[in-house]
Amino acid sequence: MALDQSFVGRTYPPTEPYEVGREKIREFAEAVGDTNPVYTDTEAAKALGHPDVIAPPTFVFSITFRAAGQVVEDPQLGLDYSRVVHGDQRFVYARPVRAGDRLTVVSTIESIKSLAGNDVLDIRGEVRDEAGEHVVTAWTKLVARAAEEA
Amino acid sequence: MTAKIAYDDVEVGTELPAQTFPVTRATLVRYAGASGDFNPIHWNEKFAKEVGLPDVIAHGMFTMAEAIRVVTDWAGDPGVVVEYGVRFTKPVVVPNDDKGALIEVAAKVAAKLEDNTVRVDITATSDDKKVLGMSRAVVRLA
Repeated sequence: MALDQSFVGRTYPPTEPYEVGREKIREFAEAVGDTNPVYTDTEAAKALGHPDVIAPPTFVFSITFRAAGQVVEDPQLGLDYSRVVHGDQRFVYARPVRAGDRLTVVSTIESIKSLAGNDVLDIRGEVRDEAGEHVVTAWTKLVARAAEEA
Repeated sequence: MTAKIAYDDVEVGTELPAQTFPVTRATLVRYAGASGDFNPIHWNEKFAKEVGLPDVIAHGMFTMAEAIRVVTDWAGDPGVVVEYGVRFTKPVVVPNDDKGALIEVAAKVAAKLEDNTVRVDITATSDDKKVLGMSRAVVRLA
């Protein structure tokens, strides 16, 4: 069943702040095998002009995707999450995420399309810091495969 | 934010050093923990096959994280990435052996833009299949 077009443009309430920990950044950098010291060594980060260690570019997805849970689990929208695959992902950064950030996300449904029986959902996540400054925007395209396929 | 590459030193077509990233089941378990994505298609072969996959597959976001390393290692400071996007075209299939899979990443400067930024187009393949499409980053150079 196609998703309700009236959800396009719907914005969900801001998430509770996510506090970015330096050990979480280290864990993530190690998990992707990235040894750049800017992720783990405050002095190395400062030498490049950052106030503290920064997170790898895709780190913020864990935060925005959790926020997008408000959308994918919205019972009124009725997305069948067991059929969802990740189609596209894009980030536009105002600055890198860094240790100590307290980030909130506002998720908006940008578009809903039906393509060959698949529901295609574009979700925008605007990430702001404690001061309300824009840090990064994440666009996530989710594709719920047609039920008839199975 | 300080890139170690100068805008004036690159031109359209400049190739970034290519890299190959190995992925084993252990890599995926570790990434699941670090990212919080515990979808069983990334660690449970039985489950993956039940939902029609050939085997356990890597997290798309893991592949996305590896692909940008070619750009951040080149630029020096990952903080100079101003935009990064990909399309997940094919899964990276990770067999249960000590070798796992390889993700091969190449990139080149595709356009010189305003304010010392350049667009870099990235290709990522595994087992000779293109695993990312429309993979592009915009970075601010020195």
